[in-house]
Amino acid sequence: MLDLNFIIPEIFLTLSILVFVLIGVFVKNSFEIIYKLSLFLIFLLIVIIFSNNNEYSKIFNESISIDMFSIYSKILILISTFFILFISKRYIIDIKNNKFEYPVIVLLSILGMFIMVSSNDLIVFYLGLELQSLALYILASIDRDNIKSSEAGIKYFVLSALSSGLLLYGCSLVYGFAGSTNFETISNNTQAFNVGIIFGMVFILVGLAFKVSVVPFHMWTPDVYQGAPTSVTSFFSVVPKIAGMAIFIKFMYVPFREILDQWQYILVFMSIASMILGAVGAMAQKNIKRLMAYSSIGHMGYALAGIASGTENGFKSTLVYISIYLVMNIGAFGCILLMKRDGKYIEEINQLSGVSKNHPLMSLGFLIILFSLAGIPPLAGFFC
Amino acid sequence: MIEIGLGHYLTLGAIIFSLGTLGIFLNRKNVIVILMSVELILLAVNINLVSFSIYLQDITGQIFTMLILTVAAAEAAIGLAIIVSYYRNKGSIRVEEIDEMKG
Repeated sequence: MLDLNFIIPEIFLTLSILVFVLIGVFVKNSFEIIYKLSLFLIFLLIVIIFSNNNEYSKIFNESISIDMFSIYSKILILISTFFILFISKRYIIDIKNNKFEYPVIVLLSILGMFIMVSSNDLIVFYLGLELQSLALYILASIDRDNIKSSEAGIKYFVLSALSSGLLLYGCSLVYGFAGSTNFETISNNTQAFNVGIIFGMVFILVGLAFKVSVVPFHMWTPDVYQGAPTSVTSFFSVVPKIAGMAIFIKFMYVPFREILDQWQYILVFMSIASMILGAVGAMAQKNIKRLMAYSSIGHMGYALAGIASGTENGFKSTLVYISIYLVMNIGAFGCILLMKRDGKYIEEINQLSGVSKNHPLMSLGFLIILFSLAGIPPLAGFFC
Repeated sequence: MIEIGLGHYLTLGAIIFSLGTLGIFLNRKNVIVILMSVELILLAVNINLVSFSIYLQDITGQIFTMLILTVAAAEAAIGLAIIVSYYRNKGSIRVEEIDEMKG
């Protein structure tokens, strides 16, 4: 029973989601009330997680570990979800997507991420990852009368299901050759040249690289970002990236820390290739959401560079980078969600001309955020 | 008589896994075939896990298999729902026609 104290946030979130679904079924036009309740729930969860942060432990046969790292990731996930739900309300209503399912599915994907970032076992990790991805498939195709949104959903579904399959094959190999699904036991049973585990590690690396969209597994990103509704795109570009990077760090530093020599060069290659492709690919884009997609590919490359160093300072700087990245991206999408002409939302870059005359303050803010994303010196994007 | 051991099962798993992966990449006709290929990949993983579980005398692999079967069912359900919603907009589920967005 004492173990349950450590997963109070998850239990509370699960029960609230069930209650929200019931409210949504029995109350008519319940988007407004569910939306407000979700924001309040996220706020409450932050308070609960903060109030419980003095005890760390591994619970349920060491399959879940509650530590400073998972608590920090959870807080980042909650804060960014709060702001993204907050900025996207107007847009959701304008595209007539104001159904109560929207906030509920967002909360479900957060639940999956919570389970994923605090997992200490391959089975728990896989279940959390799938709960998150299943919710994201639905989110991508939520605007179901729009052909682009359904197409984004179908592309994301096919490629993501393939990458989950690859990741799972890696998990089975690691389980077989290390003899356990527990992260610490895997690390203790790993010798430097165990081919089976290295094979499994590469498969798991492919799956994780797909989830955080680094080259060469980035193909889905521009299409899904462009096709999905902008409110969903802003969610996609921030929250799953935080969770993905957190679990990436955990995999590289807990179960696979003994085979650092094997994964270091793969990560260095992925990181440099993402930086280059993010910069080069972004130049030819005409759609601002595609531009943001390439920007996020590049930024994930920078974040991976920290992990690739293989040291403690490396993953700390990755966490700092992700924290700044989320602020910049929420700001950028906040501006994109505001840009509207004659009641229609603007996505093409050449339609943005003259925005500084009509909305000087907003365009100044957008300018600062874009400079920060590009890494111009006095802004935060430069320093990490 | 050949003794059938772990290696044979792993080879079977690897073959089915490759068939599933190739099915996704070589398929030009129908999205449903992609769903079947994903299912093949997950079944290959299950064969691997069960044979490892017997080999290691450890029940964890079989529990993992049960959970994967459950998740695969959920994934197929959501995949079919997305395909239905795409078909209602486009009127076709041919793979080479999924090209509204290019960049």
